[in-house]
Amino acid sequence: MSDGTRGDKGGSRSTEEAALSARLRRLGQRLDQMGPGRAVKPGSASPSADMSGFARGMRLSAELVGGVVIGFVLGWVFDRVLGTSPWGLIVFLLLGFVAGVLNVMRSAGVVKPGPLDGNRRN
Amino acid sequence: MDDPIHQFEIIKYITLGRIGGHEIAVTNSALFMAIAVIGISLLLIGGTSRRSLVPGRLQSVAELSYEFIADTINNTAGKEGMKFFPFVFSLFMFILFMNLIGLIPYSFTVTTHIVITASLALMVFLTVIVYGFWKNGLRFFKLFVPSGIPWYILPLVSAIEVMSFLSRPISHSVRLFANMLAGHITLKVFAGFIGLLGAWGIAGWAGALLPLALTVALTALELLVAVLQAYVFAILTCIYLNDAIHPGH
Repeated sequence: MSDGTRGDKGGSRSTEEAALSARLRRLGQRLDQMGPGRAVKPGSASPSADMSGFARGMRLSAELVGGVVIGFVLGWVFDRVLGTSPWGLIVFLLLGFVAGVLNVMRSAGVVKPGPLDGNRRN
Repeated sequence: MDDPIHQFEIIKYITLGRIGGHEIAVTNSALFMAIAVIGISLLLIGGTSRRSLVPGRLQSVAELSYEFIADTINNTAGKEGMKFFPFVFSLFMFILFMNLIGLIPYSFTVTTHIVITASLALMVFLTVIVYGFWKNGLRFFKLFVPSGIPWYILPLVSAIEVMSFLSRPISHSVRLFANMLAGHITLKVFAGFIGLLGAWGIAGWAGALLPLALTVALTALELLVAVLQAYVFAILTCIYLNDAIHPGH
């Protein structure tokens, strides 16, 4: 009932907590040491890295089709609004095709990723 | 039974009303989305209710899915990307559950409709644009101006980069949609062969073993595709969000 015992108990608890927090800190340091090793390979997380051939083909064709489709839509709307048919469609379709090919080459890793893909995918 | 497209038909269950002449109804698509949400809720609430130090089965699954997505975001978008964790995690779990539930016979695969995948992809696209401008202001346009390009081809390159940026929601949505659609049609066609060959008697049944084996194999492949496409959708979301967080690198 005396203050001494209570103080003693509190003291032992605080040393336990100190030991625990020291262990936690050491664990954190070790995790940090391992962390860079794990964090260094962000590039490997690119979606083309681990896929079956079918999924890869799907991805690449979707990239190409996406570029052409957006070119068509933009060109069509451009012509509709400004009445420049068919020049807007021609120009934007060509640009969209180029963008689609660029997308395919980027996602296949043939050319280096542009600013659009961030520098993490290299 | 023989029509492989029939499984994608939208069936109205209850008509709730009309908004601007457009009918708002509970369809099988809405039903299976609700089932997916309920499934995710059950898994995560059940997995986190016990919170034991040594996780049980449900808790392991919940923790694994959390860590999987957290690692993916850290590896692609960095530490700042973690503020988008709830968004990416919801997208991943939602798509994963819709894909997996769709593999159960007689169920409906919501992700085989491009309306759903396009809405999800557009949501990501708009998030990238809004957050990019809010965070970086006009520096967000650096995305479209690669460095080290001579000035006389810069307009052309910028135009191509803009097109490439705009084409993202299309390829993002078409990839998931096309994979799920093609997989389910293939599965249905091969399963249909079994019945057609079986109509030829004994020799037909012997021949039907081949499509049966293929159907089993394709189901396994579809399981892989279902998980993989949910993962690909999530990781592309992370890559796009990374552009919004650090443009012009």
